[in-house]
Amino acid sequence: MNVSAHLPVLQVVVPLFSAPLAVLFRRASVAFLLVTAASWAAFAIAIALWQQTGDGQVISYAIGNWPAPWGIEYRVDRLSAFVLMLLSGMAAIILPYSRASVEREIPSEQRYLFYALFALSLAGLLGITVTGDAFNIFVFLEISSLSSYVLIALGRNRRALTAALQYLVMGTIGATFIVIGIGLLYLVTGTLNLADMASRLGQVNDTRPVLAALSFLTVGISLKLALFPLHQWLPNAYTYAPSAVSAFLAATATKVSVYVLIRFYYTVFGASLVFERLPLPQIMLVLALAAMFAASAIAIYQDGLKKLFAYSSVAQIGYITLGLSFGSLLGLTASLVHLFNHAVTKGALFLLIGGVRAVMGRSRISHLHGLGRVMPVTSFGIVLGGLSLIGVPGTAGFISKWYLVLAAFEQGQWWLALAIVGSSLLAVVYVWRFVEVAYFREPHAEASERREAPLGLLVPAWILVLATLYFGLETSVTVGSAKAAAAMLLGLSP
Amino acid sequence: MTLIGFLSYAITIFLMVAGLTIVVSWGNLIKTLVGLGIFQTSVYLLFIAPGKLIGGTAPILDPRFTVYSNPLPHVLILTAIVVGVATLALGLALVVRIREAYGTIEEDEILALDAENPDDGGPRA
Repeated sequence: MNVSAHLPVLQVVVPLFSAPLAVLFRRASVAFLLVTAASWAAFAIAIALWQQTGDGQVISYAIGNWPAPWGIEYRVDRLSAFVLMLLSGMAAIILPYSRASVEREIPSEQRYLFYALFALSLAGLLGITVTGDAFNIFVFLEISSLSSYVLIALGRNRRALTAALQYLVMGTIGATFIVIGIGLLYLVTGTLNLADMASRLGQVNDTRPVLAALSFLTVGISLKLALFPLHQWLPNAYTYAPSAVSAFLAATATKVSVYVLIRFYYTVFGASLVFERLPLPQIMLVLALAAMFAASAIAIYQDGLKKLFAYSSVAQIGYITLGLSFGSLLGLTASLVHLFNHAVTKGALFLLIGGVRAVMGRSRISHLHGLGRVMPVTSFGIVLGGLSLIGVPGTAGFISKWYLVLAAFEQGQWWLALAIVGSSLLAVVYVWRFVEVAYFREPHAEASERREAPLGLLVPAWILVLATLYFGLETSVTVGSAKAAAAMLLGLSP
Repeated sequence: MTLIGFLSYAITIFLMVAGLTIVVSWGNLIKTLVGLGIFQTSVYLLFIAPGKLIGGTAPILDPRFTVYSNPLPHVLILTAIVVGVATLALGLALVVRIREAYGTIEEDEILALDAENPDDGGPRA
C-alpha cells in the first residue's frame, strides 16, 4: 500500500479521527498532544500535496474506489492545495498556543472537549477545501460550523453565548441557502460532482433555475464569509470567543468561504456567466467598497481591541472581494494573496491580544495605557501586525495591496486605487489609537511593572508576526501559488 | 405538467418563506429556532419531491421493473436531517445556557441587560 496515493483523504481523516480519540481519553494533556500531532500531520500532508500539484497536476481521489461522477471525489488542484496549506499551517501554529491559553480561559473539565472541537472544526474546513462534491461541501461546512459555534460559546463572558447563538442562526441560514442552491443545481444537472456539474451546465447555463442557484449560493456563501452587510455575526463572535478560537476563526473560517465562492464561480458556473451575463461584479464592487470604508470607520470607534480587529477583518474581507469583482487574472491573484496574507496577519494579532488578556486580564484600549512599557515584546508585535493591516512596505499587507492597486489600474479604474489608499488611511487611524495609548501614555499605577506574556503564548504569536514580515519580502510562495491558481481558474496557461 | 404537479414546489416555497419570516420577525429565541427548523425542513422537500416518479420503484435490477425513482435525494436528505437535528439541539442548548446566564430568552430583554452592564472587557461582565 502506498501512503502517498491516499494523501487527499488522509488530509481530512487524520484530524477528524483525532477528535473522537481526544474525547475517549478524557485527559486534556493527551487530547492536546493528539490534536496537535494531527494538525502537524495535516500540515505535512498539505505541503506534500502543494508540491505534487505545483506543476499543474490535478489529484483526483475516489472515496471507496467508486469512480468520479457516482462516488464522492476528492480533488486537489493548485488552488485547494494553497488553501489547505494555509488552514493546516494556521492550526499547527495556533494549537501549541492554545495549551497555555486554554489553561487560563476554560475550566479544566471542559479542556479535552475544546481540543476535540478544534480538531472537528479543522477537519471540516479541510474537507470543504479538498472535496469535489457539492453536497459534501455542505456536510463539511456544517461540521466546521457546528464545532465553531460551541468553541465560541466556551468564552467566559456571557455575551459569548448570545454571540454563538447569533452566529448559529445566521450561519444556518447561510448554510441552508447554500444547500438550496446545490439542490437547484442538482435538479438541473442530476449530478453533485463539481466537475461533472460544470460540464453539464454548459448547455443550460442561462436558464432560470441556474440563475436562482447562483443567487442562493452567492447569498449563502456571502453570509458565511461575512461580506458587508451580512457581517453582523462576526464582531461579537470574534470578540467573545476564547483567544485561540478568535485567532483560528479569523485566520481560517471566512477564508474557506471565499474559497468556496471562487470554486463555484469559476469551476462550476464559469466566469462568463458570473462576470458578463449578470451585474454581480458591480454589486460585489459596491459591497467591497462599503466594507472597506464603513467597517474601518466603525473599527476606529471601538474600545475593545478584539472588536476593533474584528471590524477590521470585515474591512479586509472587502479587499478580498474587491479583487474578486475585477474578474481578471491580476484581481484574482490579489484576492488570493490577500486571503493568505490577511490570515497570517490577523492570526498574529489575535494571538498577541490573547497574551495581553492573559497578563492584563482585559484588552480594552482604555486599560492598556503604557502597554509598550509593560509588555514591550507583545506591543511591538501588535504594531507590526497593524502595519501589515495598513499595508506598509516590508509587511505582507503591502504585497496584497500592491497587487490590488495594479489590478485596479489594469481595469483603468484609477479612482479605485485612491479608494484602496483612502481606506488604508482609516486603518492608520485605528492602529494609531493603539500606538498612542501603548507608547505615549503613562501606565496605570497598579500595572506599571514589566510583565510579559508567558512564552507558550508569545512564541507562536511571534512566529506569525515574523511570517507577516517574511511574506512581505519573500513572495514566491504566496504570489507564485496565487498566480498559478488564478491562471488555472481562468483557464490560462501560467 | 398539471397545476397539481407544482404543489410540492408551492409547499416548499411557502415553508421556506414562512420559516425565514419567523426567524427574522420574532424576538423569542425558541421561536427563532422553530423558524430555523421550518426553514431547514423546506429544503428536505425541495430535494425529495422531484426524486419521486409516480409508479416508480426503488432501483432494483429486475425485468419486471422499468420505472425507477431516484434514491439519492433520500440519502442526501437523511444527512441533512442529521445536520438539522444537531443544529437544533445545539441551538436549544445555547438557549438553556442563555436563560441561566440572563434569566430571559427574549432578545430585547437580553440586549437591554447587555446595555445596562457595559462590557468592561474583563472575563465576566
